[in-house]
Amino acid sequence: MKGLSRDRLWSIAVLTPSIILIAVFVYGFIARSVYVSMTDWGNDPAQALALNPIIRFTGLANYQDLFTGFLQGRFRQELISTIFFTLFFILGCLGLGLGLALILDRNPRGEGLWRTIFLFPMSLSFIVTGTIWRWMLQPQGGVNQVTTLFGAPPSTFAWLSSTDSIWKFDWNKLPLLTASVVGVVLIVLAVRAARNGERTRTLVAGACAALLLGWALLIGPNLKLLPAPEFHGFNLALIGIIIAAVWQMSGYTMALYLAGLRGIPEELREAAKVDGANDIGMYQHVIFPLLAPITLSAMIVLGHISLKIFDLVYAMAGPDNVNTSVPALNMYLTSFRQNQFALGAAIGTILLILVAFVIVPYLTSQFRTEEGKA
Amino acid sequence: MTTTAPVHTAPAAAPRRPLSPGRVIMYVVLVLAALFFLVPVYLLFTTALKSPDAINLATTWHWPAQLNWASFSEAWGKIGGNVMNSLFLAVTATLLSAMLGSLNGYALSKWRFRGANTMFALMLFGMFIPYQAVLIPLFQFIKSLGLYGSIWGLILAHVVYGIPITTLIFRNFYADVPDALIEAATIDGAGFWQIYGRVIFPISIPGFVVVIIWQFTQVWNEFLFAATLTNTSSQPVTYALSQLAGGQAVSWNLPMAGAILAALPTLLVYILLGRYFVRGLLAGSVKG
Repeated sequence: MKGLSRDRLWSIAVLTPSIILIAVFVYGFIARSVYVSMTDWGNDPAQALALNPIIRFTGLANYQDLFTGFLQGRFRQELISTIFFTLFFILGCLGLGLGLALILDRNPRGEGLWRTIFLFPMSLSFIVTGTIWRWMLQPQGGVNQVTTLFGAPPSTFAWLSSTDSIWKFDWNKLPLLTASVVGVVLIVLAVRAARNGERTRTLVAGACAALLLGWALLIGPNLKLLPAPEFHGFNLALIGIIIAAVWQMSGYTMALYLAGLRGIPEELREAAKVDGANDIGMYQHVIFPLLAPITLSAMIVLGHISLKIFDLVYAMAGPDNVNTSVPALNMYLTSFRQNQFALGAAIGTILLILVAFVIVPYLTSQFRTEEGKA
Repeated sequence: MTTTAPVHTAPAAAPRRPLSPGRVIMYVVLVLAALFFLVPVYLLFTTALKSPDAINLATTWHWPAQLNWASFSEAWGKIGGNVMNSLFLAVTATLLSAMLGSLNGYALSKWRFRGANTMFALMLFGMFIPYQAVLIPLFQFIKSLGLYGSIWGLILAHVVYGIPITTLIFRNFYADVPDALIEAATIDGAGFWQIYGRVIFPISIPGFVVVIIWQFTQVWNEFLFAATLTNTSSQPVTYALSQLAGGQAVSWNLPMAGAILAALPTLLVYILLGRYFVRGLLAGSVKG
């Protein structure tokens, strides 16, 4: 489409304010946060809120403190919690969402009503959801009283206050574990690439895997992050918060899957039936493969929501419950309650890196294909 | 395959068969799932309608013997001002970001230039970042503008961080407007603004509805900015509710009634305009 150059100038002029705002508020502020995270601003309480605080550049000291400092065990537990939370939250939403979408796709009576019921929590805030579920998961009330409806004694599970955790491991083993897991994933990738006959990919993935696993075997065991062992695992108190989060977000996954299912042309299903596929065969060979891209985008959206979730935790377990805390909550408390701005900025930056691992490959792949088409 | 395929268009309804065992199981599963989603609502209302002395952990599940509507007026007394703050905040921020998004989407989809996609991807990244990564500079910036503690600082933050999603929704919406329409208008001598005013804007109503619903819900429900950029006089309802529910001595009918008050506006929007809400939801997940 050829427009007059004046019109093109107008279109750029219209976009300019937004571009500047995004450049400043997103990229400028990220840069500023990263800089702040490399200073000692607020580590000395006297200087934190001073009008002209004396701020010294300290490099990666805050990051080192978070990962290996004696006092920052809370942050390390949160990092592990957020990984477990993300894992179970995504699995829960995908499972429930897909199940509900498959049922609704079979045209039950009153479909619109069912859909409305499954989706309405999406319109609530995490604070409202958290307030409701906090009440339901009271130690002696709500859910624990359900058993009495059937004549059994109330259950005693400590939903939000449990201090037990499972799958504990020593923080000192983290580099070793990470290297091993990534190594195994790379081996799987290499084998897949070899099967598809992609040589370079096989070689690169294989070499990286060998390098990582070699490192894990030879150097990893001798690495000590902390002077003493420090155990972190999956805190059982998180289960209640995960259930509430799934309650809120599984309707969203259902909507995604339902849109995908409705987008599958009827002819495809007919053709599969003509070819003699039964229901199970049709789902396995026709429908599920077509839903794979939706699963991926659902995982990405849910994953980034889960990594930065904190209002739900704030509302359900309170800000000071160490067992259920997550980095996003810690960042808020560290910066705005304790005024340790540098440390808070470091936590924020780590969160950003975690989210970027999920989002950047997604955005680049989406836009590379589109740029190719244009 | 675009994921923006409308959810609400069911294919031609399958002929109603007599209930087979498979369909019975299907309905049982549906009812169980609906219970999981609705039971919290039942508990919310039962607790809100009880008087403080009737709230007893052992009788959590019982419907109140006497309805205590006073919970709502009492809760309104505590957080009513915050509800009004939220209302002003959400309406203003939503209208501003919808306008901005419409112009951006129009410029991006109808006057494409080199590198527009890359720029757009860079813009979209702003939608996904954890706001914790920009919170400290944002706080300093709002403070240096003298807007800390004022609702305008909060509006500014919501409008700026709303740019990616509103631009995305409008860009996808305008992508379906045929380019031939624009070309015809250019031949008639219309320029950038005439085309926007006479061709694009008048057909944008559905796009505006989706964006307004989506942004209103997001701004209303937001918590992090609400907690960091405001003070007591300007706090939105999410923060006030978290304080109401956080105290230990509070009787539970209050936070429950407060939760209903805080949830009502977005819930109404969802119930009345659900399909547009879903469209915004799907647009927010994937670019179509």
